[in-house]
Amino acid sequence: MKKCLALILSVCTMALMLVGCNSTTSSSAAVSSSAAADTDVKSEGVMTYEEYVAAELDSQVVIETYVQAKQSWWEDKATVYTQDKDGAYFLYDMACSQEDYEKLTPGTKIKVTGYKAEWSGEVEIVDATFEILEGNYIAEPIDVTDMLGKDELIDYQNQFVSFTGMTVEDSGDGAAFLYSWDGSGSDGDDLYFNVSVDGQTYVFTVESYLCDNTTDVYQAVKNLKVGDVVDMEGFLYWYEGVNPHITSLTVK
Amino acid sequence: MIREKTKRAICGILALCGMLTVLSGCHGSKGLKPFALPDTFDETKPFSITFWAKNDTNKTQTEIYQQAIDGFESLYPNITVNIRLYTNYGDIYNDVITNISTGTTPNVCITYPDHIATYLTGTNIVAPLDDLFADEAYGLGGSQLRFDGVTQQEIVPKFLEECAIDGVHYAIPFMRSTEACYVNKTYVEALGYTLPDTLTWDFIWEVSEAAMAKGEDGNFLINGQNVLIPFIYKSTDNMMIQMLQQLDGGYSTEDGEILLFNDTTKSLLYTIAEHGETRAFSTFKISSYPANFLNAGQCIFAIDSTAGATWMGTDAPLSDISEDKLVDFETAVLPVPQFDPEHPQMISQGPSVCVFNKTDPQEVLASWLFAQYLLTDEIQLSYAQTEGYIPVTTKAQNSSAYQEYLSHSGEDNTTHYEVKIQASQLLLDHIEDTFVTPVFNGSASLRDAAGQLIENVVKSVRRGEAVDEGYMSDLYDDVISLYRLDQIGETASGKADLGPLPVTAVVLLASLGVVWCLMLLYLVWQRIKRKKSK
Repeated sequence: MKKCLALILSVCTMALMLVGCNSTTSSSAAVSSSAAADTDVKSEGVMTYEEYVAAELDSQVVIETYVQAKQSWWEDKATVYTQDKDGAYFLYDMACSQEDYEKLTPGTKIKVTGYKAEWSGEVEIVDATFEILEGNYIAEPIDVTDMLGKDELIDYQNQFVSFTGMTVEDSGDGAAFLYSWDGSGSDGDDLYFNVSVDGQTYVFTVESYLCDNTTDVYQAVKNLKVGDVVDMEGFLYWYEGVNPHITSLTVK
Repeated sequence: MIREKTKRAICGILALCGMLTVLSGCHGSKGLKPFALPDTFDETKPFSITFWAKNDTNKTQTEIYQQAIDGFESLYPNITVNIRLYTNYGDIYNDVITNISTGTTPNVCITYPDHIATYLTGTNIVAPLDDLFADEAYGLGGSQLRFDGVTQQEIVPKFLEECAIDGVHYAIPFMRSTEACYVNKTYVEALGYTLPDTLTWDFIWEVSEAAMAKGEDGNFLINGQNVLIPFIYKSTDNMMIQMLQQLDGGYSTEDGEILLFNDTTKSLLYTIAEHGETRAFSTFKISSYPANFLNAGQCIFAIDSTAGATWMGTDAPLSDISEDKLVDFETAVLPVPQFDPEHPQMISQGPSVCVFNKTDPQEVLASWLFAQYLLTDEIQLSYAQTEGYIPVTTKAQNSSAYQEYLSHSGEDNTTHYEVKIQASQLLLDHIEDTFVTPVFNGSASLRDAAGQLIENVVKSVRRGEAVDEGYMSDLYDDVISLYRLDQIGETASGKADLGPLPVTAVVLLASLGVVWCLMLLYLVWQRIKRKKSK
C-alpha cells in the first residue's frame, strides 16, 4: 500500500512538473520524405552550389546541404558547418529548436532557406530556417596545404579540409599556442596557434564551441611544442583571411 | 570567433533574466540575511575570495589584475584572491545569475549597474555599500586600511552616482569610457569637407553618401577599392540611446516605464534605413568590426568605445587585418555625432565593481577591502593606460604620473599611442556631458531592444524589404516580444496576473491532495491497528 501510494504521488508530482515546465510546445522540423538521397540532385527551387556562389549578398538563398559538424546551439539558434558534393555552407545562428539540434547529426541532409551574408570575409547564411530531408553525406577532407597563400583557397571556404606537414611556430614568448588570440584567455577559451609551410605562417584556431577543452584536438594543441610537424583536419573558416577551425591534429 | 560568443552571451541574458525572475518569484526569496558590517576585520582568519574580472581580450589588462591581486595579498596575507577571467560582460552576467540560484556567486565582480538591477531581484544578493563607504576604519579612505585608499570625495561624483540604484550604492566605478568617432580625416578632406570640432548627424550622413560615388571601373572613387562602408557603428544600442537622449526623444523613465517605441525612434529608424539602403551605413553585427574597415581604408566614420582605441588608425598597436591591407591616413578622434553640437551628450560606460553578500560578514568585509584596493592610484593608472579608459578617481586623474602620461601623447605607438590618449582626453574633457540610462530590472533587455531596432531595419533594407508604417508596427511588436518588454513592469512589481490555472494543473493538484489524504488515512489506520494489537 505504502509503495503504491508513493508511486502514485511520484507520478502525480512528475506530471505536475511537466505541466509546469513545458508551457511551450517544441517545434519539430518536418522530416521530409524526399526520395532524393543522391547528393548530386537538387530539389525544385533549390540552388546549386554554383548558383549559391553567384547569388548577391543579402539575397535570399535556398540550398540543400549536409551537416558536417555543429558549433553551437543557444536560445533556439544553431551554428552549423555543412557541405554538399560541390561546396560548403556555413549556417550562422539558424533558427533551430534544441530537439531538432539533436537530430542534426553528421551527414544529415537539410534544406535551408536564409540570406547570404558576409562577415569579415566569411560568407555564410544567416536568419535561416531549415527542414530535415532524407539523405546522408559525409565529406572527405581535401588537402589544401598547397593552396595556402593562393587566391584559389577561398573557393574551398568552409569545406572540410586537411593540412599536411605543417610546422608549429612560436606564438609569442616561445609558446606553441595561446589561450585567446593574445594569450589573455584561460583553459576552455579558443586556442590560437601558428603553423607554417613554405616559409609562410598562418594562424589556426581550435574553436572552443566546436571543440571544447575535453576534446582530443584541444588536448593535442595544448601539448604542442614549437617545431612539431603536424597533420590537421578542420573547416576552412575565414576571419580577415583564412582562419581554419581545426578538429583533429596529429604530431608526426 | 569573438562575434559568436558575444551574441551567444546576449541571447543568454534573455533566458537567464527570465530564469531569475521565475526563481525569485516561485521560491519566496528567502535569500541571505542583510549584510551587517563587523566592528573589526578578523585578520587571523583565512579568507579565500573569488574575483570575476572582465578584460578587453587584452593580455596587459589580465597582467594588471594579477599584479593587483599580488599587491593586495601581500598587504592582507590572510586573504587569497582567486581570479576568473572573462572577455565580455554578458558572460559574467549569465554566470552570476546561474550562480545566484545555487548560492555560489563570486565575492567581487566586474559588472554594469544594469546587471546589478537584475541581481537585486534576489534577496540580499548584492551587498549595499553605503555603510561600508562611511565606515571610519574600513570605509573609503578608512583609518585601518593597509593601503592608501581613496576617500568618497575623491571618486568622480558622476561616476559614483551611476552605481546607485534607488538611492543605494551597490557598486563602485572601476574604469570609465565613452564612445568616440574615429575618423579618416584624409578621406573627409579629399571629399571636399572640413571636419567640424563636433560632428553632427547631418554631416556624417552627407559625407557618407558623398563617399559612395564610384568610378567607371566600379570601384569607389575615394579609396579605389571595391569595398567601402563610410559609416559603421559598433554598438547600435548605444547609437539609438544617444540619438534619443540628444533629442529628448524618450527611452525609459527612472521607474522603468518603457518609452522607446515612440515616433522619434521611428523617425530615426527611417533615416537610418535610408542610409542602410544605399550601403553608406552598416553595423558591427552585419559587417564586422569598424576598426578592420577603418584601417583598410574602407570606412570613414568608425564609432566604437574609447576602450577600443588601440585598434584604431594606421599605426594602431592592435590589428586583426594583415599589414598589406593597412592604408595610410590621418585619424581624428571626435565625440559621437550630435543633433545639438552646442550641448553634446554622450554615453558613459565602463566597468564597475560590486560585492556579493555572503553568510559570513567577515568574508564580505574582506571582499570590500579588495574592491576598494582596485581604486588605488597604481591600479587605476596602469589599467587606464591599457586603452582609452580614464581613471575614476580625481586623485589618480590629477596625479603627476597620469598628467605625465597624457603629455607624452604620440611619442610612441604603444603606451603613448596618440589615438588612445586622444580618446581618453575626449572623455576627460566631456565628463559633464556624459549620461547613463535609468537602471531597473529589465533595463539590460531594453538596451538590447534599442539596438535590435536598428539591426533589423538595416538588414531589411539591404534585403530589399519595404520599410514603411506597417513594417515599423510589426518591428515594434516583434522586438517587444523578443525581449519580453511587455513583462518588465509585471515582473518588477511581482504582482503579475497569471490568469486561472489550466484544467490539467487543477486536476493534478487535486490528485495530489487526494493522494496525501490517502497517505494520512493510511498512517492513522496503521496506528489504530497497532494500538488494537497491543
